[in-house]
Amino acid sequence: MTRSLTLTINGTKHDIELEDARPTLLDVLRERVGLTGTKKGCDRGQCGACTVLVDGRRINSCLALAMSHDGAEITTIEGVADGETLHPVQAAFIENDGFQCGYCTPGQIMSAIGLFSENGTANDPEQLREGMSGNICRCAAYAGITEALLDAQTRLSGKE
Amino acid sequence: MADTPIAPAGHVRLGSNSGQSMTRREGVAKVTGKANYAADNKPEGLLHAVYLESGIARGKVISLNTEAALAHPGVVHVMTPENAPSLAVSPDEKPVPFSARMEVLQDNRVRYAGQPIALVLAETLEAATEGARLLAPEYEAEPARIGFENGEAYDPEFVTTGTPPARQVGDIDAERKKAAHTVEVTVDTPLQYHNAMEPHVIIAQWDGDKLTIDMPNQAIGLARAGIATYLGIDPENVTLRSPYLGGGFGSKAVVFGPQYLAMLAAREVGRPVKLVLRRDQMFGPVQHRSATRQTVRIDLDKDGRILALDHHSLSTTSSFDDWLESAANASLSIYASPAIKVSHTGLRVDTGTPGAVRAPGLASGTAALEVAVDAAAYRMKQDPLDFRLLNYAETDPGTGKPFSAKALRECYAEGAARFGWKGRPLEPGQMRDADGYLTGWGVGTALFHAPFFPAKASAVIRSDGSVGAQTSGADMGQGAWTALAQMAADGLGMPADEIEFEIGHSGLPDGSVAGGSAHTASAGSALFAAGSDAVRQVAEIAMNDPESPLYGAGNEGVRASGGRLHRVDDPARGETYAEILTRAGIAEVEGQGRGRREKSAAEQYAMYSHGAVFAEVKIDPDLYQVRVSRLVGAFAAGRIINPRLAKSQLNGGMIWGLSFALHEEGIHDLRSGRPINNDLAGYHVPVLADVPSVESILVEEHDPHANALGIKGVGEIGITGTVGAIANAVWHATGVRPQRYPIHIKDLLEGELARQRG
Ligand code: FES
Ligand code: FES
Repeated sequence: MTRSLTLTINGTKHDIELEDARPTLLDVLRERVGLTGTKKGCDRGQCGACTVLVDGRRINSCLALAMSHDGAEITTIEGVADGETLHPVQAAFIENDGFQCGYCTPGQIMSAIGLFSENGTANDPEQLREGMSGNICRCAAYAGITEALLDAQTRLSGKE
Repeated sequence: MADTPIAPAGHVRLGSNSGQSMTRREGVAKVTGKANYAADNKPEGLLHAVYLESGIARGKVISLNTEAALAHPGVVHVMTPENAPSLAVSPDEKPVPFSARMEVLQDNRVRYAGQPIALVLAETLEAATEGARLLAPEYEAEPARIGFENGEAYDPEFVTTGTPPARQVGDIDAERKKAAHTVEVTVDTPLQYHNAMEPHVIIAQWDGDKLTIDMPNQAIGLARAGIATYLGIDPENVTLRSPYLGGGFGSKAVVFGPQYLAMLAAREVGRPVKLVLRRDQMFGPVQHRSATRQTVRIDLDKDGRILALDHHSLSTTSSFDDWLESAANASLSIYASPAIKVSHTGLRVDTGTPGAVRAPGLASGTAALEVAVDAAAYRMKQDPLDFRLLNYAETDPGTGKPFSAKALRECYAEGAARFGWKGRPLEPGQMRDADGYLTGWGVGTALFHAPFFPAKASAVIRSDGSVGAQTSGADMGQGAWTALAQMAADGLGMPADEIEFEIGHSGLPDGSVAGGSAHTASAGSALFAAGSDAVRQVAEIAMNDPESPLYGAGNEGVRASGGRLHRVDDPARGETYAEILTRAGIAEVEGQGRGRREKSAAEQYAMYSHGAVFAEVKIDPDLYQVRVSRLVGAFAAGRIINPRLAKSQLNGGMIWGLSFALHEEGIHDLRSGRPINNDLAGYHVPVLADVPSVESILVEEHDPHANALGIKGVGEIGITGTVGAIANAVWHATGVRPQRYPIHIKDLLEGELARQRG
């Protein structure tokens, strides 16, 4: 049975037709809407590569059926920069070398943005590490990621 | 290409780009989601492929419900051994390097769990997935042979792809007779799976007999040759695009059965086909690190000098191919010993075939050797670092050759100072932190080969002032986009951010393999030479042009920088490339370059990167949960092109070492042979919370022999030494000597109980 749903993705409304209810939010974003910045690393909620914001909260989009988010506001990695101006978290990831291959990076950045809005910008590295531990980086760019997160917090709290 | 310039051996002056900690050239693309990974492509008419994998480890597939799959809406085609097209060459042939025997539905035999047994093509991923499920296979199963106890042992002809399985230096029996002390340890290492974050993926599309592929690949030139051979087409007809790899770690140097199935299927149905492995499928046909059972025996004189070093490794492989981990060879190049014996035996089990995983051989080998060396130091009641210095190898123990460069002493010293090694108690179980955690410190020596692969590159300088450079090389995260561009820019005499730069495409000059920690040295040398060649041509034009301020300056007399040539004796006298070419009416000059190692140097010297890793662990005194609270590594790897990226490689490598020591373990069910933790929840790799502090130090080293530019590699060495350093720190905290990796809480508890019983 075909289904239709509406998602507002990065501020743009998308009316989406599906043949049935099976597609995940991740596959809809990647295969149907054509936003391939969000990555699939496991398709099981175990790696965080697919992290996006749904109504401001970070979720693993591979674990969500698109149908169940009809009407939601979705933010993906393509929607966080302001035109040419990078989001402070994006800029911090580049400057602190918070990645190698870059495959986990969209998920790391979305997760960090989500975490900061959950937590405010409490400056506790241990809490940060814990809060970001749903995002695996197999390249193990963790030293750079930690520095990027701390730097991003500083930028976000306007201390820069 | 006899007249292609090769950068001369010795001391080559690089420009000002190299040595700088530039941020990644592709950084913006990666943080905005714009970097184009293979799976992000969507050609018109794309079909999704999903393969069904075997649920048994040995036997036959006797039925597949193809009708049910085909009846599912959206399913277009089902490929099984009944109707699968064949390759042009037997899948058991290995026509080019980095080939492995593979499964392309050539028959209904099953030789390991996870082997592809059918392929379903459908209009959507969901339909293909459901189609594969509907195939509901039935099997005739034979008992699986899994684990050290159930495999078939054999004496191999070689390890890895052609290394002799055994070597002896000196007279081990004679040395043993002189020994005052003997230490022997046995250490097991498990199957480990690469698990790059980006699973293996291919998008294949045919146009007549021309094939275009989007596929992450570490060895584009070799992949293209292999694909052409297996598919029976001209290599010129294969276009392979791989601008970004989502990690490789060795597994993306090889093209496996699943990718060939997608290529065959695309040809069969005449539409583009996309196949992405599911994470659980990454534990089968796409290689892994062999499990090993290693025994290291060290015989010592009364002062603690090593007299005899005997390292044996039993390594697992598949039932149908021959890759074996060369773990024991680690003992050939690290510590001085008058007699060394290394040997390997093989064990055939019903898994896919193993292959090279980041730091092949040396990661596993040092994981055992460093534990034995630590035990030997303790036997002598010597500080583990002092013991290593006492047995420092001034020449390569395995070959007797001098090292091209070896700043390991400096690595020990700088690492120890930074870590604060001084004052470490000799006895285990002496340190507790403020929270009562058992605390231990350990050290390990790191080593990795410094190979060099012939590579080619080209560069261009145009009359409009623009310049560019190209090679087919690959960036799997190590930083090739950036570091290689820096070297090309130095060849071209331009700032790196002002050159056009291209890699990751089979249409470019063959930049060789991104592997063996040799890519920066190999492809980078070629790019530097290509850039220099282009500049040389521009200089020649200028020096022969009476209107040029450089007229008659002579070869040694000009220098390039900032897109301009000037006289060495008077930098004010010069002109830009654009001015020179425009006046000469030449639209562009193209430079060619090759990277090569001098044959005489390769014969004369042993070439390695070296390092020392220091680890601190904290262990819960009741639960015995281990945390690595600090890792400090100091590494000497010749000339460093980009310190920021080099440190990231070294830090990442050390975290892989941590992962080896404490996390990773591919577990197969002993009865069914199936992997039971084939996902990222069960197969543990470190997350941010596991890595509170990791730090690498770049130790200055000048290597005049490794290659003209003195570059070695940093991509793999970080793992080596780290595994042992952590195991040794665990011992230092608890007094329990780990006998297997990953180190389990259970082992420490049992070890502690055994200790209490005396
Ligand atoms: S792809 Fe969603 S958590 Fe891994
Ligand atoms: S940068 Fe490669 S997985 Fe994180």
